[in-house]
Order: sequence, then C-alpha cells, then structure tokens
Amino acid sequence: MVRADFPILGERVNGQRLVYLDSGATSQKPQAVIDAEVAFLTRANSAVHRGAHTLAAEATELFEDARDTVAGFVGARPEQLVWTSGATAGLNLAAYAIGNASVGRGAPASARFALRPGDEIVVTEAEHHANLIPWQELAARTGAVLRHIPVHDDGTLDLEAATAVIGDRTRVVAFTHVSNVLGIVNPVAELVALAQAVGATTVLDACQSAPHLPLDLPALGVDLAVFSGHKMLGPYGVGGLYGRADVLEALPPFLTGGSMITTVTLDEAQYLAPPQRFEAGTQPVSQAIALAAAVRYLQALGMPAVHAHEKTLEARMGAGLRQIDGVRLLGDASTGSATGEPAERVGLWAFDVDGVHAHDVGQFLDSRGVAVRVGHHCAQPLHRRFGLTASVRASTSVYNTADDVDVFLDALSGVRSFFGVSA
Amino acid sequence: MNGLESLYQELILDHSKRPHGKGLADEADHTATSHQRNPICGDEITLRVRVSDDGAEVTEVTWDGAGCSISQASASMLVSLLEEEGGRMPRAETSTLVEGFREALRSRGELPLDEEVFGDAAALSGVSKYTARVKCAMLAWVAFEDAVARA
Repeated sequence: MVRADFPILGERVNGQRLVYLDSGATSQKPQAVIDAEVAFLTRANSAVHRGAHTLAAEATELFEDARDTVAGFVGARPEQLVWTSGATAGLNLAAYAIGNASVGRGAPASARFALRPGDEIVVTEAEHHANLIPWQELAARTGAVLRHIPVHDDGTLDLEAATAVIGDRTRVVAFTHVSNVLGIVNPVAELVALAQAVGATTVLDACQSAPHLPLDLPALGVDLAVFSGHKMLGPYGVGGLYGRADVLEALPPFLTGGSMITTVTLDEAQYLAPPQRFEAGTQPVSQAIALAAAVRYLQALGMPAVHAHEKTLEARMGAGLRQIDGVRLLGDASTGSATGEPAERVGLWAFDVDGVHAHDVGQFLDSRGVAVRVGHHCAQPLHRRFGLTASVRASTSVYNTADDVDVFLDALSGVRSFFGVSA
Repeated sequence: MNGLESLYQELILDHSKRPHGKGLADEADHTATSHQRNPICGDEITLRVRVSDDGAEVTEVTWDGAGCSISQASASMLVSLLEEEGGRMPRAETSTLVEGFREALRSRGELPLDEEVFGDAAALSGVSKYTARVKCAMLAWVAFEDAVARA
C-alpha cells in the first residue's frame, strides 16, 4: 500500500530485506509521524494549559487540536477522550476509578459504579494481561468476584456461556474488541446488549482494532474503551481512554495532582470536568500531536481501505499457513465456526509448529529477515487453554504486501526440516 | 557456517532431542530443588540436585521442563558435564562454573566457552551473540546454582 512512507522498511536485517510482521506488538511509523513530533519539539515545545506566553498558547492549541483529531477518529467528541500513557494505563485508570467509587469517592454521582462484595466483574478467556490483571486487583480490593467468558476451540467467544456468566450480580464487563492472539473480531453488540440488560459497565480494549478497522466507539455502545498510540502508527507513551460523557462525568479520578483541579485547600480539592479530571500531571504532549499525525495518515488511506487491504493479506497468510505441515493455527474460525459463520478477522495469525518451539521458529525466521512475535503475547491463560506455553504470531499493518506474506510463508516452510523434525 | 548454523550447532539439536537427565528424580535426603521461569516466553524448568552425605559433592542432577531447543540443550549439557566428571562434582567448584558460563554468555561473542571446562556446553558459545537468547541458555544453570545453594 504505502511502504515507501515508512523509512525503517528500507533497513536490511541480517543482510535481508526487512519483512516486518510484528505490528500487533508495535507498528512502524511513517515519516509524517516522525516529522510531526520533531516539528513540535523543534518549533512549538512548551508546557500546555499553563503559562501566558506565545509558545504556551501554541502548544496548548496543537495539543487540543490533536485531541479533536484522535477523538474524531473513533467517532467521539474531544471531551470524551482522555490522554493516557497507553492502553495499560487506560485500563488501570478505569479499574482504579471504579475502585475509588467503591469506597465512596465521587458519591453520589459515582454510586452506580460502586462494587460490593459478591458483585461480579466479567472478562473473557482471551484477554491480554492488561485487561485481566487490573480487574483481578479490583476484585481483590472490593470483594467482587472475577468471572470469565470461555472461548471455543475455534477461537470465537462462547456466547451461550456469556449469557449464563453475565447476570444480575455483574457490574463490569471488560473485553477485547480483537484478541491479540486470535485476531478474531469479537461480537461487541451482543456483549454490550447482555451487559446493558443487567446494568453493567462495559470496557472495551480496542488496541488491536483501532489500527485496522473503521471504529465508531459511540455506535458500539460501550461505556469505556482504550487504545494504544504506538500500535496505530503513532509514538510510544501515548494512548486514549474513550468514555461515554455521562460515565466520565460520574467517575472519580484515579491519578491526582496538578492540572486536574479547580480549587485546592490544604484539606481538599475540587476537580475539573472530564477529560482533564483524568489527566493529572504532565501529559504526553509531543506524542499526542504525533499520534494525531498518525490518525490523519490513516484517515487519508481510509480505514475501510486499510481493513480491506489487511483482509487480503490475512486470507493469503491463513491459506498459506494451512498448507504447511505441522502448523496449527490458533483460533481458525474461518472454516466453520461455532456460530456457523466465518469469523471476521484482522491480519493476525498465531500458530504452533509441531516439534519446534516458538522461540526457535522466531530465530529461524529472523535469519531470513522476517520479524514475528514469539512467546505468550501477554495472554498466558489463553495459551494454557490451547495447551501451549508459547506461540508464534505474524501480524500485518498498512505497509505489508503480498510479497511480505510470501517471503514469510516460504521461510516458515523450511523450519521443521532445519530443526530435524521432518524430512 | 552462517549465523543460524553457528547458533544451532548439531550438538545442540542432538541434546535438545535426546536430553540427558530429563525426568526428575524423587525427592530424598540431600536433594534440593529449584524452579525457574523465563517470564518473557513462559519457558520453565524444575531442576533437582543431590549432594553427597558430607555435602561436599554434587552427585546427581535431574530436571524437567519445557522450552526452546537452546534451553533444553543447555540443561542436558549441564547434566552431561557432571556425567563426564564421573558423576561427582566438587560443590565448591559449582559457583565458579556457573559464573564462568554466565560471563561467557553475556560477553556478546567476546568470550568463548572452553570445551575443557564446559564439555558439550561449549557449543553454546554462539548464543552469546544473540542477547535475546542468553536467558534461554542460562535458565538451567541458574536453577542449578539455586538448587546447590539450597542443598
């Protein structure tokens, strides 16, 4: 699609052309994003939301323009977008804000989020640790019970089980839009409907969907959602927390300190309205501005076109992987899922190679210039469910080509004979 | 020999396929056990040592675990080193041995492992050029160091 816009893709790795198939971990950055961050630091750097000087005003304007742009990308208004340092920070913010509501902070508005012993938090078996451990900790602090929705062998969520798991005691349903291991797009509408029917708050991890699919968070109906800048062509250290306006209005803050207050006395403080209420301390200003450049880059490509491009790569990769002896795909719901329909996917496949450990597969592919992820991908429970401790994951982005996929498949087809597992 | 073949020498692949000492011996008097994990990849090993009645010698090393070929071969080579020494290794030498192994593996290819000292494990010298794999090779040796300290 746009390889030339990404300077790193011109690098050679181990003497080979770089075939970067690790965008699920972090994406590469187009020159426009690198330039945007450099331009801000070179010409406009200053503290935002304070100071009366010209640069301070310019920096504040660029920072808030970035919020408009990134909020618009997910269908939201700017006051619905809280800057975070990343998706992990966003999910912890959500969990700690609910925890603070549970001890009466922000009452009476926050009372509807308060957890009591025996209340239930529901996640899925396919969550990244970032959307699991904050809820384990919240459950431990409040006496709530953590439950989960299992996945079928084909990687799709067991919606029948979800109907049973989500019940009267459910107060929070936190789930991923697209699993970072399975690549399958989860049925958000169905889960939101189940949660809403019992008055539970929904929290969506959109890390693996925001870079790859058209995303309209208000239309999805979730209460809170997070995404990560560096996975969507932006820089490290910045991410977004989206919230429905009434939800953000009612939640108490998590981090407290400078820039999130109206009046402070030695005894207590009054807080600003969202999003500033959730943005204590120095913000990732140059990163937010560069993330806006990443979003403009994606918008210029058009997210429907991005999705279509990656679907082509995903199909080519899936078909090729099924042809290689000893390769087992994780979550291969394309050949008749539990729902009877092929699952919607992004360009991401995780797999096991019979007889060769994932680390060794990754090392072998690296010697051919192919960069993939190996390990548990921060999803140990899901790997355990598939009887594995580690897998190999190849994931695409806008800059990958059919040739990238073919180089990867060709290299992979030699891995078992190299390690003496097959002739 | 290209980079990949210097990393995955035939001896390493042989050890990973036919590992020495794999299968934990039962716990008994004078045994001590260490469990180590590599949190990055989830690889793990449980390694058990037995020392002589006077505690002066390591007389047995057994292990169980799952991991990449480097980690499996490294555990196997540690056991074969003990076997080559007639199944007895002075306890006092174990910390020097592990320290020497660690130093070589962290040397980024500068310090080769001496075959006279490390036996088959000298074939792991190539790992030191691959910083992401050093932990794989170290896992069993860290478990060995820890188990000996507990024995």
